[in-house]
Amino acid sequence: MTTSLVTEHEHFASLASEMLDRAKSLGATEADVLVAEGDSVSVQVRLSAVDRLEKAREKSLGLRVFFGKRSASASTSDFSKESLSRLVADTCSLAKAVAEDEVSGLPEANLMAQDFPDLGLYDPTTLTVDQEIELARRAEDAAMTADPRMTNSEGADCSVSQGTVLLANHHGFVGCHQSSTFSLSVSPIAGDSQSGGMQRDSWYSVKRKYHLLDSPEAIGKEAARRTLRRLGARKVTTQQVPVVFDQEMAKSLLGHLATAVSGYSIYKGASFLSEFLGKRMAPEFVTVYDDGRLTDGLGSRPFDGEGLATQKTVVMESGTLTSFLLDTYSGRKLGMKSTGNAARGVGDSPSVSTTNLHLAPGTASPADIIGSVKQGLYVTELIGFGVNMLTGDYSRGAAGFWIENGELAYPVEEITIAGNLKQMFADIEVIGNDLEFRGRTASPTLKIKELIVAGN
Amino acid sequence: MEEQTTPSLEHFSLQKEQIQQALGRVKTRDIDYADIYFESNVSESVSMEEGIVKRASKHIEQGAGVRATAGEKTGFAYSDDLSQKDLEIAADTARYIANSPKGETPIAVTHRDGPTQDLYPLEQPVSEIATTERVELLNLIDAEARRYDPRIAKVMASFTTEQKVVMVANSEGQLVGDIQPLSRLQVTCIAEDGSNHQVGSYGGGGRVGFSYYHEGERAQKFAREAARQAILNLQAVDVPAGVMPVVLGSGWPGILLHEAIGHGLEADFNRRKTSAFSDLIGQRVASEGCTIVDDGTLPFRRGSLNMDDEGTATSRTVLIEKGILRGYITDRLNAKLLGIPLTGNGRREDFRSIVLPRMTNTFMLAGEAEPEDIIRSVKNGLYAVSFGGGQVDITNGKFVFSASEAYLIEDGKVTKPVKGATLIGSGPDILKHVSMVGHDLQLDEGVGTCGKEGQSVPVGVGLPTLRIDEITVGGTSVGP
Repeated sequence: MTTSLVTEHEHFASLASEMLDRAKSLGATEADVLVAEGDSVSVQVRLSAVDRLEKAREKSLGLRVFFGKRSASASTSDFSKESLSRLVADTCSLAKAVAEDEVSGLPEANLMAQDFPDLGLYDPTTLTVDQEIELARRAEDAAMTADPRMTNSEGADCSVSQGTVLLANHHGFVGCHQSSTFSLSVSPIAGDSQSGGMQRDSWYSVKRKYHLLDSPEAIGKEAARRTLRRLGARKVTTQQVPVVFDQEMAKSLLGHLATAVSGYSIYKGASFLSEFLGKRMAPEFVTVYDDGRLTDGLGSRPFDGEGLATQKTVVMESGTLTSFLLDTYSGRKLGMKSTGNAARGVGDSPSVSTTNLHLAPGTASPADIIGSVKQGLYVTELIGFGVNMLTGDYSRGAAGFWIENGELAYPVEEITIAGNLKQMFADIEVIGNDLEFRGRTASPTLKIKELIVAGN
Repeated sequence: MEEQTTPSLEHFSLQKEQIQQALGRVKTRDIDYADIYFESNVSESVSMEEGIVKRASKHIEQGAGVRATAGEKTGFAYSDDLSQKDLEIAADTARYIANSPKGETPIAVTHRDGPTQDLYPLEQPVSEIATTERVELLNLIDAEARRYDPRIAKVMASFTTEQKVVMVANSEGQLVGDIQPLSRLQVTCIAEDGSNHQVGSYGGGGRVGFSYYHEGERAQKFAREAARQAILNLQAVDVPAGVMPVVLGSGWPGILLHEAIGHGLEADFNRRKTSAFSDLIGQRVASEGCTIVDDGTLPFRRGSLNMDDEGTATSRTVLIEKGILRGYITDRLNAKLLGIPLTGNGRREDFRSIVLPRMTNTFMLAGEAEPEDIIRSVKNGLYAVSFGGGQVDITNGKFVFSASEAYLIEDGKVTKPVKGATLIGSGPDILKHVSMVGHDLQLDEGVGTCGKEGQSVPVGVGLPTLRIDEITVGGTSVGP
């Protein structure tokens, strides 16, 4: 940590404590302040030439005040004295305009995070713009030279960002953490000589630390492989078949699970899992964790958006739904303790988000899973928003490969898959051994017994 | 009124000289074009659930984005600090793409009094309405929804407003600004009947004044609509999967045009030849009855703008005329590189985002068919009147959109409501299957938000009742 950063944090801490004092002097019974700053440099290279270069530096301050059971929040990017004092006054008058809410308030003082472990979230490595351009260029080159059918490109993007978050509240809590993100991605296009059509796909790597990033060549080659294999895609007839979700698509099912077990969905009665806590909803080999303290994790943080310690929560254990994901407010609504999942947009009241959500791996290899299907679908892309969180009804656009006698026979597109999430979790038949964190949510390949595929 | 529609430099505490100097610094001889975009935005939100307005928030943002283009290259930097020093740092970053030394000669800019259009003249911006009045608006909703049917168990509503002030100064010597009000009221109801729980949503808004929400009890109407949808869904049946004729209702189902056609006609994809529509200008991409426009000049609409985010006046662009592909929607960079007209569609979410060609209000012009005749013409199919969201893969042209209110058509009659059906098709093909176009063009209520490259912008859509002879419906039951 450099001296200037320390100075900056001290400046933020004193800014926050000044805001807290001012809120108190205007009659607020409780308050918390979030200060965030960050900078990023990103480049896009397309067909070997620099297409876009972006550089950003920003900061913002969020304030939440309570007048007894009433509360409001606000944010500003203008740190001038006048602007900040207006912000405090505005927030206080907003709070007085809303109704009393029985369970609103800061977390209890004795629950605030005490320890701030180093989770490996920050890498001070800086890349010059030219180094970023070089990485993007190498990744795109690897994709474009992989095969003569690689004809065009939406470009390769390289981005490095660093940020600091400081949270302080009237309990005397002050927490601060720094993080960094390095990412590299390519979106190449392949031309289809048969239909005259084109297909695009992409591949990426995103890490907290520069040295953990996949090599540009590996990313480019994988992007090309994923794009080329889609050429010649066709529709299939409408039928009910087993469906295998690849790692990337299986992640989206965990995402739906996370939304359904968020304390807010539950207390609002907006989730298909409202009545499932403690109940069996999937086979016994299905276990799901949300781990806020995974080393180097993209979803890790030492404390959550309210200053509570993050933790490892078992969301589903051996097929039984064991925990919702909660912050203080949604926990109090349900008579439960926060699971340290408060997320916080600067200037917003907390909401719930996952940290590092993942499905525990099984023992089958992806090839074994595909090999077990006589006739079915291997899904590698999903589009659209056809998921009803209240009923679990699920219907999305899909693309992927048709499986015949355990082999990927040909690519398919312009089809949908439909079912109900409740049934889909119950119908998980196999989980792969290929768990790998490529983001904050991770899943091995998985197979679902049956879904309706709509096509011709 | 004057002050409300034409922002001045004082709003940003800026001197003209500072802007001229920064522009001069970035616009060297190797840079084709440069601009600086200044933005301030105050957004506020109040929300209601469990019968009480329990949340209120306010966000104040201000910043500037400096952009330089050289050939196909774009350099861009932004800062939330408007100091001379920060503008200069941003200018130096943007210029980096051309690798040229910094410019020393300031570029003179002339302040145009305001955009040439005045599409949202408001007596009083919604941002000036007291929080208590917004709270009262939301308080109307809960009772109204519950009155609709005792099975309405939960009611949630939110009212959001923003007041955006933008100014654009460019290397061609223009300095122009706009004040852009926007608001939206959204209602969600959950109906419960035993263990059967269903949701319904409705909302609307635009670049309108606060009285809009009280006119003709509009807020209550939104509440009843959300409640009606939730109750209707209690009786919804599974939808058959497969290819069938589909009748789209007027208004919001225009999201079809946005996904299937609109994105594919954005000039950036076509310059890069990554769109399924690349090189199709002059060719038939829809049936004779289809004429589709993008029109940013409709007064008070959510998707309308006096000027786009490059200071170009918005316009009405014919995308498809009687089935023939006529044009793309453009921003400065892509219009210039493609040598095609500038349509005023250069938009950005905020000062942190780069300009992209984006839609405004996209709709199909009315035809002549009676909507009842269109439904009657279908023996067995689907009648879809409201949708959730949609998405498209530009490159292969495949799009999906999901119905939130749809019915079976059996023997030419609208019968049972069905559960969430997803429609999937191919952009360059789907409109070739349009066989009837109704005379009942309607625009949506003003709820659309379009996402592209991570940037969200408000948009509008519209459609007359339409018959599509065949489209794949992703249903939950197999067989007829």
